[in-house]
Parts: sequence; structure tokens; C-alpha cells
Amino acid sequence: MRIVVQAKPFDLGAEANDFAKGVAGAGAVVTFTGIVRDTAQRDLEVMEIEHYPGMTERALTTIAEEAMARWSLADCLVIHRYGRLQAADPIMMVATAARHRADAFAAAEFLMDYLKSRAPFWKKEITQSGADWVAARDEDEAALKRW
Amino acid sequence: MIDVLYFAWLRERIGVPREKVETDAATVQDLIAELSAREERYALAFSDLASLRVAVDQELADFDAPLAGVREVAFFPPMTGG
Repeated sequence: MRIVVQAKPFDLGAEANDFAKGVAGAGAVVTFTGIVRDTAQRDLEVMEIEHYPGMTERALTTIAEEAMARWSLADCLVIHRYGRLQAADPIMMVATAARHRADAFAAAEFLMDYLKSRAPFWKKEITQSGADWVAARDEDEAALKRW
Repeated sequence: MIDVLYFAWLRERIGVPREKVETDAATVQDLIAELSAREERYALAFSDLASLRVAVDQELADFDAPLAGVREVAFFPPMTGG
């Protein structure tokens, strides 16, 4: 299990390859990557991600430990960036490894659902017309109920 | 003495990321009442608790959580990671 909270970019391909090499007996590896979104309507200049050093690592570790136990994962990886990001930059990734794909997919979705609403990160979007904190969505909180 | 931390728009409204607060507040709710009575900027920031979350010693907690022995309380809006 590896939890990384960092300002610098990460190499999605290198991380996915390293993760897969380390779990040769697992059979199934699932990765998910979150990317800074932009739309033509708003011209995003910068996305600033704030976090709560200390609590962030603790919350991610707790979530990852639960996923490891619940789906008997061979391994899992969570990388999340903070600081100033541009459109199309990778924000975060999760990877899960299990004997079969159903467990790897389910664990990745669980990690994402919990990470969105229970890990202390906040996004602020800076556009040409101003800066706004991204509001939490009711659907994200509701998504936790399925677990 | 408790370290009180603020994040995201709450930090911007209160104007500091963290401060030490001398308090005998028994619960998080009591601490909020103390801060809100202190200055208008706190009262405004804490006016809608439904839009806020709290962590006590880096664990998510309820507003009625006790503060005995607690070192750090953090207030912030709902999280938007991922």
C-alpha cells in the first residue's frame, strides 16, 4: 500500500507500470486518473488544490486500509497532488490489484468515492472572470451509501 | 490552548490559516459560540453550520464532540478532492 500527497506532477504511465510489476501474482490491476477539466465556456487558468497536511495522509491511509481488507487486495496506490494545476494536468490516481477484476474495479470505485468526500482537499478554480471554490456535490456524498 | 485551523473559503473569510485559542469550551459547538461572540468575521463565517465540517485532532467529528484533551480543531467546507 502506498499513499503519496505531493505538489509535483506524477508520471501516470511509470506509476501504473511500477505498480503492476510489483503485484505479479494478482491477475487484475485497475487504475483511475482524475484530470483537471476545462470547458470552452469558462477558460480555466489555474486550479488550486488546498489540503490539510497530516490529516490528508491519515484519511487516505484509513480509506486505503479499508479497501485492502474489504477486497483482499494484493496492493493499492493513491497519489494526490496539491498546489497550482493547469487544465489537462493529472490531479490524482488510484490503482488497485486483486486476483480478479471485479474486486479491483470495486475497490477502485470505493477509493474514489471515499477520497472525494472524506479526504481533506479543496479545489479552487481561477478563470478569467474570477476565482471560485468548487462546491461539493450531493451525489458525491450519496455515493458513499452504496458501500 | 487549542490550535484552530481553517481551510478553503473559511480560511479566506476569517483571514488566518490557523491560530491558538485560549478556551474552556467543552464542545466544538461551544468553541464556535465563543469565536462567533468575539468578532463579526467569525459570526459570519460560522453562520451556516450545515455548510461546514469539523475535524478534531485530524479525525472528522460532529459539532457536539467534546474538546477535553484535544490539541487541534479544524473547520472547513465539504471536501472536494479527486
